[in-house]
Amino acid sequence: MHGASANRRLILRLLALVLVMFGFGFALVPIYDVMCQAFGINGKTAGVYQGEQTVDQTRQVRVQFLATNAAGMSWEFRPLADELAVHPGASNQMLFVVHNPTDKPMTAQAIPSVAPARAAAFFHKTECFCFTQQVLQPGERIEMPVRFIVDRDLPADVQHLTLAYTLFDLTARPAPVPVADR
Amino acid sequence: MGSVIDYSQKRPTYAGHADHGPAKGLMRWVLTTNHKDIGSMYLWFSFAMFLLGGSMAMVIRAELFQPGLQIVQPEFFNQMTTMHGLIMVFGAVMPAFVGLANWMIPLMIGAPDMALPRMNNFSFWLLPAAFGMLVSTLFSEGGGPNFGWTFYAPLSTTYAPESVTFFIFAVHLMGISSIMGAINIIATILNLRAPGMTLMKMPLFVWTWLITAFLLIAVMPVLAGVVTMMLMDIHFGTSFFSAAGGGDPVLFQHVFWFFGHPEVYIMILPAFGAVSSIIPAFARKPLFGYTSMVYATASIAFLSFIVWAHHMFTVGIPLTGELFFMYATMLIAVPTGVKVFNWVSTMWRGSMSFEAPMLFAVAFVILFTIGGFSGLMLAIAPADFQYHDTYFVVAHFHYVLVPGAIFGIFASAYYWLPKWTGHMYDETLAKLHFWMSFVGMNLAFFPMHFVGLAGMPRRIPDYNLQFADFNMLSSIGAFSFGATQLLFLFIVIKCIRGGKPAGDKPWDGAEGLEWTLPSPAPYHTFQTPPEIN
Repeated sequence: MHGASANRRLILRLLALVLVMFGFGFALVPIYDVMCQAFGINGKTAGVYQGEQTVDQTRQVRVQFLATNAAGMSWEFRPLADELAVHPGASNQMLFVVHNPTDKPMTAQAIPSVAPARAAAFFHKTECFCFTQQVLQPGERIEMPVRFIVDRDLPADVQHLTLAYTLFDLTARPAPVPVADR
Repeated sequence: MGSVIDYSQKRPTYAGHADHGPAKGLMRWVLTTNHKDIGSMYLWFSFAMFLLGGSMAMVIRAELFQPGLQIVQPEFFNQMTTMHGLIMVFGAVMPAFVGLANWMIPLMIGAPDMALPRMNNFSFWLLPAAFGMLVSTLFSEGGGPNFGWTFYAPLSTTYAPESVTFFIFAVHLMGISSIMGAINIIATILNLRAPGMTLMKMPLFVWTWLITAFLLIAVMPVLAGVVTMMLMDIHFGTSFFSAAGGGDPVLFQHVFWFFGHPEVYIMILPAFGAVSSIIPAFARKPLFGYTSMVYATASIAFLSFIVWAHHMFTVGIPLTGELFFMYATMLIAVPTGVKVFNWVSTMWRGSMSFEAPMLFAVAFVILFTIGGFSGLMLAIAPADFQYHDTYFVVAHFHYVLVPGAIFGIFASAYYWLPKWTGHMYDETLAKLHFWMSFVGMNLAFFPMHFVGLAGMPRRIPDYNLQFADFNMLSSIGAFSFGATQLLFLFIVIKCIRGGKPAGDKPWDGAEGLEWTLPSPAPYHTFQTPPEIN
């Protein structure tokens, strides 16, 4: 017959399982980020790209640029050109204009996304304004660069990529939160 | 299960203290540690929540009776759909099954009480606190939760009403209550079975509850985790679900549905178990394929963990993901089919009679299967893009929850009411309750398949003129289903107050230890364990 000790042992094991599952809920956050970056799911791009590639002169893909303000963001935000035709493997640059029309300093963060999502893993940024937060003084206008390489291994049926940025107002946020590499 | 009882059980002699009934007065209910008292409180609480959540459904159907805005403002309509879902899932269905578990599991396995009676009391009393807090938000400035019962971020974080913090703490309390209830049930089943009651001799209701309890322990902490992340996003400046800070709103949906999909099986598996006791009793044949039922339940529970993203086919998951979750979801039809065929085989060539529990159980098998089929349609990823967030989804999950979970609870209530009260319920009124519920429920939810396929979106207080006739039918069905449940209240009260005395075993085909006890079941039972062959 089972006694009180059997009960106690079982309860402790079940409570341990509860704690493990509570932790697992939080573990899903980094797991999700790792999965998204490893497989380029969800249009998420990886951090700073260090590699170099030879240029594939035989192929050309179009890269389209989109700049969107998140709800409540008042900055002017646009790319200098809507589109670039690039060779896979080549290093390219595009400038984005931002302008703070308000009378107070503001902090912003741009979040990139690549479509089609399966091409995100083949889109490498060597330098990007989205790696850091931007602080603009009242009325200030700057041009921000993004340098990128489209991978030579980009699937052959992808001839058209879209790089979209959404600009968020972080001025009101209490403290800058460490942002994962992107 | 052939069981021989020691009839000296019925007039037990209590060593050390005199035979006593329950304490008197209100404090009996506040302080009770008796599994029957707590089971009754759970059942009454769940019925009260069923009426409250149901009256919110009446508001929804009244607004949808005609196109255009008639009765409530869209803001309030959103609060009604949200609270209806939350109250029905967490307040009505789950506590009803915990109540049945409290009442019946000790009686079915020959245990004197639950393993952890004081924790049992605490689990119950957390619920009125949780739902008092949740419902109170409706009266706060800015209103109650209005983001749908799935509370997707950023609707529930960035754009939420201020009362969302109360919602979060209410969910925490419900989660703690469910986890403690689940630990209690597992401890009872694993440690308090009477000698000879091996695992594979347990009634299926006990088996399905054992598996459900493990599901609860596995996923309620994840729900607690996701609302904690919301809390931190709202108040402590983190960015779990905020793209601006490096988070991702889609992450919310993954974590939520990792909880949410097993949750839908938490709401149906105990009904599977109850129906597996009721159908053999009224078909007067043993359950067909007991062992396969146990394994099918375990398979469903396992599969429930690897299908969550079928709720998210349209958020932009990669093709391989869509395929995996589509096939895994369809795989659930296999163990579920095993169960349905076993129930049908149990009835096959049985000498069936159709008292109220059996009527509800047979309707359960038929209508739950319809809900399962529409689930299969939704599981087809490419087709889901058409069905997603339409009334077809509403029709689907109401077909598995109303004639599934709720009819399972009604069947159980009628089946065990004679054991609980010592009286037979009024069979004529119970049959009326069944037929009114059956017609009302089908009238309410069947047309939703059609308007859904035609493209009517869910959670919107207004709709296109083309959907008007079907919506009016749905509303009429919903009103009659809702009103019928007051009849159930009347039947239960009438049964408690009197009626034909019930024998120890009022159903001649019923099997199980609970029927070896007198009716009503004494306050203390199986003080010494029964003997089981």
